Amino acid sequence: MTTEIILAGFGGQGILFTGKILAYCGLMAGKELSWLPSYGPEMRGGTANCSVCISDEPIGSPLVANPDILIAMNGPSYNKFIDAVKPNGLVLVDSSIVEEECKREDITYISIPATDIAAENGMNGSANMILMGRMLAESGLFNIDTVQKAMEKCIPPKRANLIDVNMKAVKIGSESK
Amino acid sequence: MERSLMKGNEALAEAAIRCGCKCFFGYPITPQTELSAYMAKRMEKSGGVFLQAESEIAAINMVLGAASTGVRAMTSSSSPGVSLKAEGISYMAGSDLPAVIINVQRGGPGLGSIQPAQSDYFQATKAMGHGDFHIIVYAPCSVQEMVDTVTLAFDKADEYRTPVMILADGLLGQMMEPVTFPEPKTELPDKSDWAACGHKNKREHHIINSLFLDAPLLEAKVLERFERYKAIEENETDAELYMCEGAELVITAYGASARVAKSAVTKARSEGIKAGLFRPKTLWPFPVKELAEATKDAKHILDVEMSMGQMIYDVKLATECRIPTTFFGRTGGVIPTPAEVYDEIKKLTGGAQ
Repeated sequence: MTTEIILAGFGGQGILFTGKILAYCGLMAGKELSWLPSYGPEMRGGTANCSVCISDEPIGSPLVANPDILIAMNGPSYNKFIDAVKPNGLVLVDSSIVEEECKREDITYISIPATDIAAENGMNGSANMILMGRMLAESGLFNIDTVQKAMEKCIPPKRANLIDVNMKAVKIGSESK
Repeated sequence: MERSLMKGNEALAEAAIRCGCKCFFGYPITPQTELSAYMAKRMEKSGGVFLQAESEIAAINMVLGAASTGVRAMTSSSSPGVSLKAEGISYMAGSDLPAVIINVQRGGPGLGSIQPAQSDYFQATKAMGHGDFHIIVYAPCSVQEMVDTVTLAFDKADEYRTPVMILADGLLGQMMEPVTFPEPKTELPDKSDWAACGHKNKREHHIINSLFLDAPLLEAKVLERFERYKAIEENETDAELYMCEGAELVITAYGASARVAKSAVTKARSEGIKAGLFRPKTLWPFPVKELAEATKDAKHILDVEMSMGQMIYDVKLATECRIPTTFFGRTGGVIPTPAEVYDEIKKLTGGAQ
């Protein structure tokens, strides 16, 4: 089985980092995977995005056209990718920022005020991890131990303090309503 | 071996260091820059030289100088930068110097775009500079294969005394995939029979040169070089055949577009369409025999590239135009989707029979 994911938002929201953590989860879980960032002019004007593929088989095209899972952290990215999501796909949006309303009825749509939740918990900038936590709880793609291992592998030792912060945000996200 | 996660550009650099590359000269350009950045960080620590030259032209001529002394040397760039290196590569071919040149292709012509493309196929395989010469051109299609290809590229450059190019693209350079590295090479080929590595007045000095004013002498040089090219054509072709057994439609594609095509072929096969993929791993020499094997049941060939169609001429030559060949491509930095390629497959086969 292959799970294709698009993560999208403003530069600085930790879109590429979130994709990297998911990629490292795949690595720690012994899966095939690919991570492909947008770069260059695409990064200006609203939508930094990355494609992540997790599979039991070797990955073909690493560029995701029709995702099974979309995490959208701003309006422009939501509008750019919402119609591309596969039927029965999973969409998560940060409702603190995304104002658009979902018109599709053939997908699972989860809207949480991730930026506000992060601020309430004194962890500004962790909205990405909150959304990822909720996505993992919903999809069952990776368990929390795998995420812990991925963080430890991905985050360099001199910034190890970030592991606990991120893990806390993932847990808050996974329990969010 | 432990799997690590790395960008293609970084993996190319780490692989080069591990196979004994001691000199890297380059000039930054997107989408290749992570390669140079990795070299800047690691090369000195591993006992080598990293130097950011004042231009691509300077960098390639530094490679020429380093390779002349017998050390393993490399440069990397992206399309417009590789054009600037063309003169130096011709000089190296004319001086029989081994070196590795990496092109992480982007859209062209001119400054073009910085998104992935494959429009430098003609340049790499047909005319990487002036004069009668070839260079070996490898086309990996995954981060792991990039690593394996770097090792092969340095070995074959030394074996045949020729510049070798790795033709990648922005997609392969920017993406991360799991990768395992070989143990660092400790034994490298001895080049003291030709390299300008110091003679201490104990032997005749070696001359590294591409200027031969005596025409018959130059002709003899070129003929000798083409004997080596013949050996390369006989021994060094390589290709991957994916689901070509019984395939009535065979897609030909290399590098990033081959990955897109592979997804399309897998989908087509799952729906009963007899499609296969032929992916050359060497672009020069082009794997003619391997293509014949892949297309033995084919009624049609679909050539897929991120260009306006360049490799398709080699495909037609290799099959002597016996099999109808159609082209599909996107260019300028646009990456085709598996769905687009799948639609082409359906158009040509009429869907499942």
